[in-house]
Amino acid sequence: MSDERRLALALVSPALLWTLAFFAVPFAAMLLLSFAHMEGRTVVQGLSLANYAKALGEPSHLKALINSVEITVTVTVVSVALAWPLAATIAWSVPARWQRAALLMAVLPFWTSYVVRSYSWALVLGKNGVVNQAFGAVGLGPFELASTRFATVLGFTHFFVMLLTLTIYANLIQLSPNYARAAQDLGAGRLRTLWHVILPLTLPGIVTGAFVTFVLCIGDYITPQILGGNTELTLPQLIMLQMGRGGNFPMASALSVILMAVVTLAYAASARWLRLDRL
Amino acid sequence: MRRLGYLYLALAYGFIFLPVVVLVVFSLQDGRLPVPPFQGFSLRWYGKILSDRGLMTALGNSAAVAGVSSGVALVLGFLAAHGLARVRLPGSVLMRGVLIAPMTVSYLIIGLGLLTLFNQMGVKPSLWATGIGHVVINLPLCFAICFAAMGDHQKSAERAARDLGASEMRVLWHVSAPMLAPALGAAFFLSVTFSWDEFIIAFLLTRFDVTLPVEIWSMLRSGLSPATNAIGSLVFLASALVVIALEALFRRSK
Repeated sequence: MSDERRLALALVSPALLWTLAFFAVPFAAMLLLSFAHMEGRTVVQGLSLANYAKALGEPSHLKALINSVEITVTVTVVSVALAWPLAATIAWSVPARWQRAALLMAVLPFWTSYVVRSYSWALVLGKNGVVNQAFGAVGLGPFELASTRFATVLGFTHFFVMLLTLTIYANLIQLSPNYARAAQDLGAGRLRTLWHVILPLTLPGIVTGAFVTFVLCIGDYITPQILGGNTELTLPQLIMLQMGRGGNFPMASALSVILMAVVTLAYAASARWLRLDRL
Repeated sequence: MRRLGYLYLALAYGFIFLPVVVLVVFSLQDGRLPVPPFQGFSLRWYGKILSDRGLMTALGNSAAVAGVSSGVALVLGFLAAHGLARVRLPGSVLMRGVLIAPMTVSYLIIGLGLLTLFNQMGVKPSLWATGIGHVVINLPLCFAICFAAMGDHQKSAERAARDLGASEMRVLWHVSAPMLAPALGAAFFLSVTFSWDEFIIAFLLTRFDVTLPVEIWSMLRSGLSPATNAIGSLVFLASALVVIALEALFRRSK
């Protein structure tokens, strides 16, 4: 091995070792633990699939997985649908010198604390909250908005619209206006240009943003815990419950591995368009 | 078309700012509950949180964890990017994959894995444990940003320095780092933001000394209070000021 290569390896190894020691090894430990089981309050290591069977077989556990997937897919689709026009409006309708300011404004609430942001939605949607008071003023309601799936989805959507607006804007602004011009010269109307030319060209930005949304959303504990109430559980809530109540680490591990598997599936489905290195 | 665009923009901004406005307005509430009707203007909740020892300690803890863990993540990420960008090693694609991998895993799982490992090794939860977790989540980010920023003109500048007899340390410190300063700054700033705001890893890996998000979380459990609004508003205003200041700085330097 040449000196140069040896040096390069020396530069890479601290980061690699850190990732292996504090990411790969912990994950392996968790994977191993997921095949263990509890006897009373002690963990007995073994190679049983009982935790997985229970996680996917028992309706109360399976329901959490289904809830999580449903909520995450809804949030991802709704967020993309709201963020794309927002990014496009900023990129096309706002004068160039104001675009950065407009974008900065659109993501400013991103910098509130994550826990506090969920909490503020609970305030907005609560029984005495702003929304219900506004409805009350015109003689409607009050509606049961807090502690529902709607609240969870809304809280998530709020966060991810900001994130997706950034990634989609970055994608849109790089597009040469010649594509649209060419399409229109060839006789395509505005909508056809948008649908058949612009939209496919922004697909990498959309898919990358959507994937990140999916990963962050499906693994989040705070938003469903604060906004969803106890009406239904998501997978992360179930995981935390397993750890808290009975200290059932093996079950929590198995559920985490399942969570990880779902993310891997999402990755496989979107890998073709994914540009994680160009986020 | 343009008018429709501006209407959508207004609605979107309304949606995006609604919770923040409610948060800030009712942090000034002169009453016990942060909900309408607004009962008058008062700063007493700000006084309350600023004199809250637990909260201020947590704030300091968060700043320390964010600063140290982001520094470590930046150094590791920068060195790795430098190493992988300059020569093609056997397996360099795999190495890049390994370094980026934590980005695709939920923080909950990273936290749970570390908790499992630390439990088995008999390591007690602490701010150090949390910091280790935060390096894991920020390292991929720092690496990716530095790696993307390394271009050809930089490589030739480095080669020139080496040809003139500079040691590798000097090349790194006097050529690569200054040339990459904007990317390094951005990576550090983003890492600090993520670490500062991270909840679940800190929740799992701390016990007695906690970070700010964990402390706010335990405030929430005692119910709605304008004090929570006040700390939330304070954090928001401080970070918004930093972001706007950086943006202004960036504009001027361009």
